[in-house]
Amino acid sequence: MSAQTPIARVEGLGASHSGTGHFWRQRVSALALVPLSIWFVCMALSLIGAHRHEAIAFLSAPVNAILMALFIIAALHHMVLGVQVVIEDYVHGEGPKIALLVSNQFFAWLVGAACLFALVKIAL
Amino acid sequence: MAEQAKSTATARPLSPHMQIYRWPVTMATSIVHRATGLALASGTLLVAWWLIAIATGPHAYNLFSMVARSLGGQIVLFGFVWSLAFHLFNGLRHLAWDSGFGFEVRTANRTGVGAVALSLLAAIAVFAYAYLEKGVYI
Repeated sequence: MSAQTPIARVEGLGASHSGTGHFWRQRVSALALVPLSIWFVCMALSLIGAHRHEAIAFLSAPVNAILMALFIIAALHHMVLGVQVVIEDYVHGEGPKIALLVSNQFFAWLVGAACLFALVKIAL
Repeated sequence: MAEQAKSTATARPLSPHMQIYRWPVTMATSIVHRATGLALASGTLLVAWWLIAIATGPHAYNLFSMVARSLGGQIVLFGFVWSLAFHLFNGLRHLAWDSGFGFEVRTANRTGVGAVALSLLAAIAVFAYAYLEKGVYI
């Protein structure tokens, strides 16, 4: 039970029923991805032609493991929000729309779990 | 009544179709921003494959390296790097707009052309570095 009155619960949420939450999370993840994606490209460049043990040594360094995890989480979060808007804009049938929105979430969780599990296995 | 319906159905003026519009820079960059976003969403599978390959073992890692170095792999990787660069530069335009800057038509067009040019330069620079400094050839 919430102590809020019904009017207080819906105030500011508008026609989307979610307020500016989606917009804001999209921008915050975008901001985080500016330095993280630049780091990712530099990291990938430094590992071109690397042996597997060199890649493991690199990703085992705490700073690199943490930045890689942050990049994965921020990128997948940003991806879910962006793809959700594309689905909502172009898919109008209620059934297909919900199926795609759920698939979008599941895809991100699956890729995220696989990436983070692999990263933990590499780094520890 | 029926005749009237028929005549209006045939003589009704049509709204201009997509192909007769000149594509403004801002419209093109907006469409490409979405397209590169979707491309990068598929690209997360490449990142996942790379990490899983490292975690799995030498054979899995060698397979990834082999595919990445093939002609097809290099083309896909160039597309990935360019998509990331464009989405990054054009994303900065969006962040500027959200903060209330850069809405003038001239400015929006210039920054749009700038995002396309910078992303191409960045992608070419990344691959030039890879080939020249790292000695990786197709």
